[in-house]
Amino acid sequence: MSFLLRRVAFYALTAWAAITINFFIPRLLPGDPVTALLGRMQGRIDSNAEHSLRVLFGLDQDTTLWQQYLDYWGLLLRGDLGLSFTHFPTPVSEIVDQSLPWTVGLVGVATVIAFVIGSLIGTFLGWRRGTWADGLLPVATFFQAVPYFWLGLITIAVLSVNLGWFPSSGSYDRGLVPAFTGEFIGSVVYYGFLPALTVVLSSVAGWVLGMRNMMVTVSSEDYVTVAHAKGLAERQVMLGYAARNAVLPQVSSFALSLGFVVGGTLIMEMVFSYQGIGYTLYQAVSTHDYPLMQGCFLVITLSVLVANMVADLAYALLDPRTRTEDR
Amino acid sequence: MSADVHTERGALADAGPAAAEPVLEVRNLSVDYGFGDDPTHVLREVSLTLRRGEVLGLAGESGCGKSTLAYAATRLLPPPGLITGGEVWLTNREGTRADLLALSDAELRAARWRDIAIVFQGAMSSLNPVFRIEKQIVDGIVAHQPRMRREEARERAAELLRLVGISADRLRAYPHQLSGGMRQRVMIAMALALEPQVLIMDEPTTALDVVMQRQILEEVMELRERLGFSVVFITHDVSLLVEVADRIAVMYAGEIVETAAARDVYAKPRHPYSAGLLGSFPPLHGPRRELTGIPGAPPDLSAREPGCPFAPRCPHAMDVCRTELPVLGRTAQGEDNRLVACHLHTTASSTEPLPPSLSR
Repeated sequence: MSFLLRRVAFYALTAWAAITINFFIPRLLPGDPVTALLGRMQGRIDSNAEHSLRVLFGLDQDTTLWQQYLDYWGLLLRGDLGLSFTHFPTPVSEIVDQSLPWTVGLVGVATVIAFVIGSLIGTFLGWRRGTWADGLLPVATFFQAVPYFWLGLITIAVLSVNLGWFPSSGSYDRGLVPAFTGEFIGSVVYYGFLPALTVVLSSVAGWVLGMRNMMVTVSSEDYVTVAHAKGLAERQVMLGYAARNAVLPQVSSFALSLGFVVGGTLIMEMVFSYQGIGYTLYQAVSTHDYPLMQGCFLVITLSVLVANMVADLAYALLDPRTRTEDR
Repeated sequence: MSADVHTERGALADAGPAAAEPVLEVRNLSVDYGFGDDPTHVLREVSLTLRRGEVLGLAGESGCGKSTLAYAATRLLPPPGLITGGEVWLTNREGTRADLLALSDAELRAARWRDIAIVFQGAMSSLNPVFRIEKQIVDGIVAHQPRMRREEARERAAELLRLVGISADRLRAYPHQLSGGMRQRVMIAMALALEPQVLIMDEPTTALDVVMQRQILEEVMELRERLGFSVVFITHDVSLLVEVADRIAVMYAGEIVETAAARDVYAKPRHPYSAGLLGSFPPLHGPRRELTGIPGAPPDLSAREPGCPFAPRCPHAMDVCRTELPVLGRTAQGEDNRLVACHLHTTASSTEPLPPSLSR
C-alpha cells in the first residue's frame, strides 16, 4: 500500500510542476494574440475593435503574473480552459473534446496493434535466433530507420494517389453525419486505415527489435533451461518463461508510448490532415492561440503522466521484485 | 549423523555396485562446440555408467567438459554445442530402456523430470524471478500429469518443500524473498517432484557457503536413501566427492581418464592427473601433507595435439604419451571395477614399474 501512496504522491507533484510550467511557457513566447488575430483577419476587423478584443481576452487588466497563476488554477479546477482565440468564441475544452477522441482512437489502436504484433514477432525471432528468422532483422531495422513523414508520404503516393485504394486525407466521408451507424463507423475505419498503417509500420520494428533482443538474453537464463529440463512443452517455455520475462522492459516502454500517443502524432495528423489533437496544437501554436495551446499541452502532459502511472502499476503487477516495500 | 551415513555408504560400495543394474548409460558421447569446418571437440567418446542407487561423482578442472556431459546427456546443450555421436540409455521406472538422444521431442519431454531431473549450479538464477515457488513446482508436476487436480499438485508441492526442510507456507514466496540456500533446496524439492530415477547435480553447492553446502549435501544423501534415486554429482571439489560419492569418474580435457570406487580414487589414484588433483586439496584424515597442485594449465581444446592431453603437465610423461592417445583400460595392478586411461599402465612391467605415487 505504501508503494501505491508513494507513487501517487510522486505523480501529484509532477502534475503540479507540469501545470505550472504549462502556465508560464506560453507567456514567455514572443508576440501578442490580439495583433496575431487582427493580422489573420486581414482588415475584416475594425481597428477600433482592437481595444474591445483586449478587454475580451482579459489583456487590459494589469494583473500580476502571480494573480494570473492563481486565477488559472481556479479556472482549471472548474474544468474551464478558457476560450480559443482562433476559433473564437468556442471554449478550448470543447475543441479538445472534439479532437482528442480521434487521436486516441486512431493512434491508440495503432499503437496497441504495433505493440502486440511487434512483441509476438520479436518473441518468435528471439526464440528462433541463429536460423533463417534472423534474415528478417534487416527489414525491421529498415522500417525503424525510415523517417515517419517519408513513410507517410510514400504510402499516400502509392496506396492513395496511384492505386486509389484509400483516401489520402480526412477522418471520415464528409457526406455522412457523425452518428453511431454502421456506415459512419465503416467510413471512419476506412479513412483511418492508411494513417494507422503508417503508424504501425513505423513503430512495429522498434517492438520487434526490443523484444527479440530481450528474448535472446532471457533464453540463455538458467530458469529457461530448467523449464526445458522440467519437460514443459516448448510453447509453454517460450511464452510462459522466456517471453513472460522478456516482455517486462517492453511493457514500460509501451506505457510510455501510450503517453506519447496524444502528443507525438503531430506529423501523422499533418500529413493526413487528420483532425486530432496534434493538428489542433499545430494550429494553436501558429496562431498564438494561448488558451488552446495551454489546453493541448495540459492534455498531453496529463496523458503522459497517466501513462507513466499505468506503466508503474503494470510493472509492479508483472514483476514481484519491484513490489518490495521494506526498502 | 554424517558418520552413520558414511559407514552405510561404505558398506554399499563394498557390496559391489557392479551388481546393481545400470539406470543411465552414456556410450561414446561426443560433443563439438561451433558449427564451422573447425569445431572444437569438447567431449570425445565419453562413456559412463550410473547404477541404481549409486552416487557417481564427476570430477575435473573447470572446462574439462563435466557440465557439457550433463547438458548433452539430457539434450539441454545450448548452441553452439552439438552432439556429434553417442547414445544415452536411460532405464525408466517400468524397466524400459530408451536412448535419450534418439527419442522424439514429445518422448523426450515426457522422460525429462519424470525419469531424469537436474539441479543446476546457479541457485540464484535457476528459479524464474517473476513466479511464486508454488507455480514453478506445480507446473513441472502438471506438465507430466495433466489430469492431476491443481489442489493435489499444490499439496504435493507443500509436501516436497517439507521434504527439504522448508515450511510449506513459503510456497507463496517469490524467489527473491528466499536465501540462496533455501532457493537451492527449493530446486532440489522441485527436481524430486516426480520421483525421478536419476538426479544430475551440476555443482549444486558451489554458490553456497561451506556450512550450507554440508547441510544440503547431507539432506540429498538422506533423501537418496529414502527415495532410492541415483545421483550424478558434478563438482571440481574432489574432497567433497570422496565423502559423498560411491564411485568417481575423473575427467580431463573432455575425456574420462579414470573411474573407480571413491575410496580407491582417494587412497590409491592410478592416473597421474587424479593423483595431482588429490594433491591439490588438503587431506581429510591423516597427517598433514604439502599441497602440490598441478603445474601448467588445461590444454586448449581447439588446438589439440596428438597423444595424451595430460602429457605436457604430467610428471611421468614418456615418449609414447606425446604421440598416442591412451584409452580406458585395466590398471597395471589388474584391479576389478576400475579403469584408467594412461600409457604407464599399459607399458608397466617388472623392469619398468609404475611410479610410487600411482602404485600405492
